[in-house]
Amino acid sequence: MGRIQLKRVQKKFGDVEVIPPLDLEIEDGEFVVFVGPSGCGKSTLLRLIAGLEDTTSGTIEIDGSDATATPPAKRGLAMVFQSYALYPHMSVRRNIAFPMRMAKMSREEQDRRIEAAARSLNLTEYLDRRPGQLSGGQRQRVAIGRAIVREPAAFLFDEPLSNLDAALRVGMRMEISELHRKLDTTMIYVTHDQVEAMTMADKIVVLHAGVIEQVGSPLELYRHPRNLFVAGFIGSPKMNFIEGDEAAGHGAHAIGIRPEHVDVSTTEGPWRGTVGVAEHLGSDTFIHIHGIPGCDPFTVRAPGDVAVSHGDAVFLTPSAPHIHRFDAKGLRIA
Amino acid sequence: MSTKASRSAAKVMISPAVLLLLGWMLVPLCLTLYFSFLRYNLLQIGDTPFAGWENYYWFITDPSFKAAIKNTLVLVGGVLAITTVGGLFAAILLDRPMFGTGIIRIMVIAPFFVMPTVSALVWKNMFMNPVNGIFGRVATSLGFQPVDFFGQIPMASIIMIVSWTWLPFATLILLTALQSLDQEQLEAAEMDGAGWWNRFWFIMLPHLARAITVVILIQTIFLLSIFAEILVTTNGGPGTATTNLTYLIYVSSLLQFDVGMGSAGGVIAIILANIVAIFLMRMIGRNLDA
Ligand SMILES: Nc1ncnc2c1ncn2[C@@H]1O[C@H](COP(=O)(O)OP(=O)(O)O)[C@@H](O)[C@H]1O
Ligand SMILES: [Mg+2]
Repeated sequence: MGRIQLKRVQKKFGDVEVIPPLDLEIEDGEFVVFVGPSGCGKSTLLRLIAGLEDTTSGTIEIDGSDATATPPAKRGLAMVFQSYALYPHMSVRRNIAFPMRMAKMSREEQDRRIEAAARSLNLTEYLDRRPGQLSGGQRQRVAIGRAIVREPAAFLFDEPLSNLDAALRVGMRMEISELHRKLDTTMIYVTHDQVEAMTMADKIVVLHAGVIEQVGSPLELYRHPRNLFVAGFIGSPKMNFIEGDEAAGHGAHAIGIRPEHVDVSTTEGPWRGTVGVAEHLGSDTFIHIHGIPGCDPFTVRAPGDVAVSHGDAVFLTPSAPHIHRFDAKGLRIA
Repeated sequence: MSTKASRSAAKVMISPAVLLLLGWMLVPLCLTLYFSFLRYNLLQIGDTPFAGWENYYWFITDPSFKAAIKNTLVLVGGVLAITTVGGLFAAILLDRPMFGTGIIRIMVIAPFFVMPTVSALVWKNMFMNPVNGIFGRVATSLGFQPVDFFGQIPMASIIMIVSWTWLPFATLILLTALQSLDQEQLEAAEMDGAGWWNRFWFIMLPHLARAITVVILIQTIFLLSIFAEILVTTNGGPGTATTNLTYLIYVSSLLQFDVGMGSAGGVIAIILANIVAIFLMRMIGRNLDA
């Protein structure tokens, strides 16, 4: 069981309010991702849930009982830190065994769980090494191993992949998703990378300056961003925003169109611009277009084989059903 | 970085320094060795004939030699125990954020800068004097018999004075090491269910192992040659109760003017110090290469 509820939870460091009072519900077995730019309070929120920081006000309930004053060890949560926080002078085996040793679990049970964890994480050969002798990905897996053997009510991950190189990151992303499917335990995952959020989450919580901007499934956020911030943060490349006359024509203060919802043509279309930079990725081409009134540059995602180059004149046709409209406060107009 | 050429260039470059250091060490060492085999007393004018192992024989069989060895070990061991344990304790206290951290840290390190003679005199006259010392006054005012520190517990008193000087050193090194400990490790341990004692035992202490080794090694080297504190407080007494090896050598060569005997004692001290060093390296040296 791992149902976590935050009720009017607030956090101040001195006079600085990092997290204004906030409500959030996390259902048992959910994979929830907190996403937001650096410094928006994601780690702080996670540490509040873990019990590593005290709340300034509000209550945190775990499985229906108030855990606000419960010390971290008693909350039944396991955390994987960004720096992995492995114990450098202990072997991998002893690292993984540490929480069980602290819980005074029997030797046989410890060994059984270590073996099982090592097998599922491909660590069997490395059990007698020190963390210093492992690669980044292996350390990451040891940290995860140390978390699973406790069989926690929920896992907390704080940017666990940010120290890995790009290829490894994609691999570990899959492994963590698979782990979630297998264990079916609540996972709360913090990242600043919206790609990680989109690919892994059941539910995304978008944070901005400590405030929850929107909560929803990845596709909900993609299709119906509640405000300008979420619209700009979710999706890659970023959504294009157009203000001024063009927006007013749609009865909005600003309109947003995702790069993938625009057709490019060299002959006709309502908007005309010139090609700046064209990024050829092979499968896709991202074209940055100048000269569209109210938005510069305007990014378009075109097929990989589109033949445009710097300085070409192009015409754009936005797909009408995919135009997002926002009012002067930045909120979505339904 | 180190190509063949740069390595041989490096050897050439450091050779003057190495030669200078070698000469610096070898000349006095050889002279000491040479004197230790002579019958050489400053009170007897004339010849300094070759004496063979005589000096060594008399130095070692002197009853104060055995006492000096024991006293040296007790002094070094006592001070090491107090400063490492106390230093660990002080470092943990100082590591937490508190009001006036900067000033408190300067005050903590201050004793290390007081000259040994001065600190020993201050302790002797202002604290440990049975009549005028603070301890004596406090004891008298509470109705107890004041302790005559240098008469009744001379070695303990000297250990206390020397520990006072060296505690800041241990504290400072251990504090620096403690501050380099990754806080996330402690937080991870906390989440893993480790209480304060377990975090200290399984995370902090292993992290500090290397710093503790350094503290012990450096202090041992300096503590083997404690001299000033003994000279200004007890003069090695009562009897030989606080005579360590250094002080015994001083007594032989400068109070009895026996250069030969003093040199023999010096050579023995060098050998003993090396035995201790090898022993220490063996025992805790593996912490250094981890
Ligand atoms: N211990 C602390 N004391 C004071 N301010 C802090 C502390 N921890 C975090 N903050 C501040 O809180 C804000 C949010 O930090 P954090 O939760 O680490 O952001 P994120 O993880 O989203 O990058 C930052 O502005 C940071 O400076
Ligand atoms: Mg963070």
